[in-house]
Amino acid sequence: MKQTRWLDYGLRVLAIVIALLFTTVVLLLANANPIEAFKNIIVGSVGSIGKFSDVMVAWVPLLLATAGVLVTFSAGLWNIGMEGQITLGAIFTTWALRLLQDSALPPFLSIILGIIAGMLGGMLWASLVALLRIYGGVNEIFGGLGMNFVATALTIWLIFGPWKRPGVGSMSGTEQFPETLWLPMFDSSRLSPWSLGVGIVALLVVFFLLNGTTFGLKLKAVGKNPRSAFMMGIPTTRYMMVAFLLCGAFAGLAGAMQVTGVYHRLIPSISSGYGFLGLMVGMLSNYQAIAAGIWTLFFAILNIGSIQLPIVMKLDSTLSGVLQGALVLSVLLMEGVRQKMLRKRQGGSHG
Amino acid sequence: MDNTTLIGLAGILASAAPLVFAVIGETLTERAGITNLSLNGLILLTAMAGFGAAVSTGSVLLGFIVGAVIGGFVSWLVAFSSISLKQSQVAVGFVLALMCRDLSYFMGTPFVGLAGPRVSPLPIPLLMDIPILGTLFFNQDLTVYASILLIIFAYVWLFKTRPGLMLQGIGEKPAAAFVRGADVNRLRYLYTIIGGALVGLAGPMYSLSVKAGWKGTLSGLDGIGWIALSIVIFGGWSPLRGAIGAYLFGLLQWLGLVLQPNLPNIPSQVLQVAPFPLMILTLLIFNIGNTEWVDRTLAGLPEDVRRVIARILRALRTTPPASLGVPFDNE
Repeated sequence: MKQTRWLDYGLRVLAIVIALLFTTVVLLLANANPIEAFKNIIVGSVGSIGKFSDVMVAWVPLLLATAGVLVTFSAGLWNIGMEGQITLGAIFTTWALRLLQDSALPPFLSIILGIIAGMLGGMLWASLVALLRIYGGVNEIFGGLGMNFVATALTIWLIFGPWKRPGVGSMSGTEQFPETLWLPMFDSSRLSPWSLGVGIVALLVVFFLLNGTTFGLKLKAVGKNPRSAFMMGIPTTRYMMVAFLLCGAFAGLAGAMQVTGVYHRLIPSISSGYGFLGLMVGMLSNYQAIAAGIWTLFFAILNIGSIQLPIVMKLDSTLSGVLQGALVLSVLLMEGVRQKMLRKRQGGSHG
Repeated sequence: MDNTTLIGLAGILASAAPLVFAVIGETLTERAGITNLSLNGLILLTAMAGFGAAVSTGSVLLGFIVGAVIGGFVSWLVAFSSISLKQSQVAVGFVLALMCRDLSYFMGTPFVGLAGPRVSPLPIPLLMDIPILGTLFFNQDLTVYASILLIIFAYVWLFKTRPGLMLQGIGEKPAAAFVRGADVNRLRYLYTIIGGALVGLAGPMYSLSVKAGWKGTLSGLDGIGWIALSIVIFGGWSPLRGAIGAYLFGLLQWLGLVLQPNLPNIPSQVLQVAPFPLMILTLLIFNIGNTEWVDRTLAGLPEDVRRVIARILRALRTTPPASLGVPFDNE
C-alpha cells in the first residue's frame, strides 16, 4: 500500500518535471533564456502584493469554471461550450445592468439582479448544447464549440451594433457602467472580496454536492455507465440536463463576475479562455476540491505571470498555455504509466 | 458558364484542398477506431512550422516535410496514450488541440508578416486548354492535384483493397479482425500516424499556398480543425463524401465572400462564424435519426407517414465505425 502511494507521488513529480523540461526546450528553440522567462513569470505573479491581487482576480473565474466542469465531468460530459456560456453570462449581466442603471432600484439590488441574469444566460447557452446532445444526437463537443463561436460573434455584434459607445464602437468594449454598479473592491486593486468569496464557495458547494449527496452519487453513476444507471432507475437524460444547467449557471456566474467585478463593461474576449482552462484543471484534479483549488491558483499564477513575457522579453504570452497543456498532458501520460505498472504488479502476483 | 463563376469554382477547388487532406486523414484514423481530436491545434502548428521551415531554407518541399513529420508525431502521442496507456482519447486530443495552438502562436512570433516562398502554379500543358474542365482542374498548383489524387486513392484503398477491408474491420469489429490475423493495435498506430501526417500537410498547404504567410492569431485558421472533424461525420466516414463536404464548405465560404457587399447590415465577424451554426445544423440533421425519441415518435405515427420519414432519416443518417473510441485488448 505504502509503496503505491510513493509511486503516486513520484510519478506526479515526474509529470511536473517533464512539463517544465518540455517548456524549457520550447524556450530554447525560441532563442530565449528559460531561467529568465521563468523568473519573469514568478516575479510578475507573486513578486508583489499588487501582482498577487491580479492573480486572485484571475483565480475567481477559473474557480467558477472548474466548479462547473467538475459537475459535467461527473456526468461523463465534455462541456467544451463553457467558453460560450461564460460569454453569454457576461452578455446577460450587461443587458440587465443596462436596463437597470437608470431605474430607481438601489444599486446593490441591480447588481444582484444582473448576476442572476448572468447565471440565466449561462444556463440558456448550456441548455442549447444539452438539447442538441440529448434530443438531437449532436455530440456536446461539436455543439459546444459551435455555440462558442456564435457567442463570440454575438458579443462583437453587440459591441459594434446596438450597444456601441456613443460615437463609434470599438474593440475596447461597451460604455463603462457608473461606479455604483461595480462590486465593492479592495483599496487600489481590481480584486473584489465578494467575487473571491463567491469563487471559493462555489468550489466548496460543488465538492459537497458531488461527494456528500445522493444526487452527486447518482450523477457519477450516470457518468460511469449511463445504461446501467438507467437500469437502476436513474432518469439519465434528466441528470445530464441538470448537469449541463448547473455547469452553465457556474459559467454564467463567472461571466457576471467579469462584468460586475473586473471590466465593468462588455469586452470582445470576455471569457478569456477560462472555460478551456477549467476543463484542463478538471482533468488534473480528479474531483478533489483542494487539488482543484491549488491547480486553479497555479494556472492563474501562470496566466498573470506570463503577461510580463511580451513586455520584458518580447515573447508571446501564450507560453502559459504551452506550459499548462504540457502539464495536463504529462499528468495524463503518467497516470497511464501508473495504471500500467499496477496492472503488471497485480498480474504478477496472480501468476 | 461565364468566366468569373468558373474562376470562382476553380478557386473553391484550390481553397478546399487543405481541408480535403485534413478530412481524409482524420477519416482514415477514425476508420481504424481512433478519434484524433487534436486537429485544430495540429493544423495551426504545422501551418506555422511549415511556413517557418520554408522561410528559413527557401524550400517549400521542406515546409511540407516538416508539417507531415509534426503531424505524424503529435498523432503518435494520441495513439500512444490511448492504445498503450489506455487514457481517454478525448482528453489527450483536446489538450493537444489547445497546446499545439498556443505553441504555434508562441513559436511563430519571428515569422509573423514575413514574405515567404509559396507553391507555384503548375498548369498542365494541353489539358489546361480543354474548355471549362481545363480551367477547373488543370490550371492549378501541385497541392490541388495532390488533393484530387488523394480522394481517389483513399477511396480505392478503403473500399477496393484487402488492407482497406482490414482497416474497416479493425474499426468495426476488432475482435473478428484479430482472429483473422490482423494486429489491431499496431494497425491503429499506423493509421493514426498516417492520418496525422496527412493532417500535418494541410497546415503548410494553408501557409504556403491558400493563405500564404503566417499572421499569428490573425491567420484565420483557428476553428478549421473543428470544421474538419465535423465534416468527417458529415461524410459518414467515407473519403468521397468527406471530400464533397469539404468542397461544399469551400462553396459556402466563397458565397459568403461574394454576397458580403450585398449584405452591408451584417458585420463581417458574424459572417465569419456562419459556418459554425451551419455545422451544428448539419450534424443535427445527420444524427437525429440515431436518437431514441425519434424512434419512439415514429412508432406512433400512421404507417405510410412513418415509412416516408424513416426512409428520409435513414438516407441522411451517418453512423460511426462501431468501435470508434473503444480500446481493444487482445486478451
